[in-house]
Amino acid sequence: MRITQGTFSFLPDLTDAQIRAQVQYCIDNGWAVNIEFTDDPHPRNTYWEMWGLPMFDIKDAAGVMFELTECRKAYGNLYIRLSAFDSKHGWESVKLSFIANRPAEEPGFKLTRQEAQGRDVRYSTQAYVTDRPQGQRYR
Amino acid sequence: MSDTNSYGHPGITDPEPNEAQRRSDLFAPAVSLSTADGDSASVAPQPPVDLQAQEIDLSKELAEAGVKEVLAELDQQLVGLTPVKTRIREISSLLLVEKLRRKLGLTSDPPTLHMSFTGNPGTGKTTVALRMANLLHHLGFIRKGHLISVTRDDLVGQYIGHTAPKTKEILKRAMGGVLFIDEAYYLYRAENERDYGQEAIEILLQIMENQREDLVVILAGYAKPMEKFFSSNPGFRSRIAHHIDFPDYDDAELLSIGEMILSNQNYKLSEKGRDALARYIVARKQQPHFSNARSIRNALDRARLRQANRIVQGATSSSKNTPAGQNGAHPGSSNRRISAGELMTIEAEDILASRVFDQNSLASSPLSEETERTYD
Repeated sequence: MRITQGTFSFLPDLTDAQIRAQVQYCIDNGWAVNIEFTDDPHPRNTYWEMWGLPMFDIKDAAGVMFELTECRKAYGNLYIRLSAFDSKHGWESVKLSFIANRPAEEPGFKLTRQEAQGRDVRYSTQAYVTDRPQGQRYR
Repeated sequence: MSDTNSYGHPGITDPEPNEAQRRSDLFAPAVSLSTADGDSASVAPQPPVDLQAQEIDLSKELAEAGVKEVLAELDQQLVGLTPVKTRIREISSLLLVEKLRRKLGLTSDPPTLHMSFTGNPGTGKTTVALRMANLLHHLGFIRKGHLISVTRDDLVGQYIGHTAPKTKEILKRAMGGVLFIDEAYYLYRAENERDYGQEAIEILLQIMENQREDLVVILAGYAKPMEKFFSSNPGFRSRIAHHIDFPDYDDAELLSIGEMILSNQNYKLSEKGRDALARYIVARKQQPHFSNARSIRNALDRARLRQANRIVQGATSSSKNTPAGQNGAHPGSSNRRISAGELMTIEAEDILASRVFDQNSLASSPLSEETERTYD
């Protein structure tokens, strides 16, 4: 099951040229681009591992693409996303976030139903991959 | 084009001409052609027949790129430096031709643009590097046209594992522009084999090779240590296509540099002041630690100091001479009027007061570095 998180996630995967153009757009707007990765695809897992620090004072997308390549070398089998942080006063938040790399195979989620008091049913989802410990989830 | 050697400057000699240079040899005179296709067809493997018929208006392309303005600015604002200007002209012609070729679909590897600037202190290496960034940006070979100027401190870390991230950080910031490494020979310290500079050099070389289209690296430094640096890092020499040697300025060039510096600051030299500055240059050149344009700028800064002092002293001494009653409510304050011309003009006495002339008469006593630094 293809997970859909962040911008562009209903489109086919962005090519590197498209990613570069998006990154350049962020940089031109003065946003700091940050690279994050994770092996837990649950939508509530908002805090991903950081690959280095957010890249402030970079003028050209080439710098970010360099780091993205490095990150793919190390974690090419995991989810990698780029997020653009706007540090302007009053915003101070992420303005754009999209997935730039995903595992070849995405097993999807298990839905569990819990019978609660009366006729209530509680639903919860769990990614199949999280049955295994971190580091062994995707090959 | 027979390169730096023909300029008659010892020091850096060109490496074996690599591919980019051989291409530049072919194309350097191409700027006088009205079309580019004739020449390029002889090099491209086998362009289709209709391609050869295509034509591009070279003068229009030139105007579009805004190269002429940048080159004219270079000519106007930089005194002397003929070999440097010639080389920059050649490089810009090559890049322009390369651009035209790309338009016609004649693909080739992007040219190597890494450069090394060698020359004595104050010969304008940093200034030219800045212009270079601007020029390359106009020609579309770097995307942003900014210049990041760094030295050893910015690249090399203090402990194990500190260097690589630090160097990469700088390289990332420089991407899309020009990375200018001043005093580049400090990167490599032969006497200490555990020096972290080596690590920075390795990362630098790797990125210079792999991301040629993203970043241009310019190394700068004094001729002799740079020669040593290149001979101990042969990888660097072969990855740098353009070795440019900055010659020393002669007396007339230094004088016009001095005048240019002053006019930029809204000062001017009086007729006698000009003669005095010419004499100063001759005298200063005899002394140690002469650093070309930088020495002249420092001398002029001190001359401005003396000029200001002369004007203020003149005003206070003239007010002492006038009877106190004439000054009205403010006895002791000056009522002498000063014209703009006076405030602008540097007179001969401002320059002749320099210690350089004293020391010159006592030529037998060599200057210690200390006095030199304080009074030159």
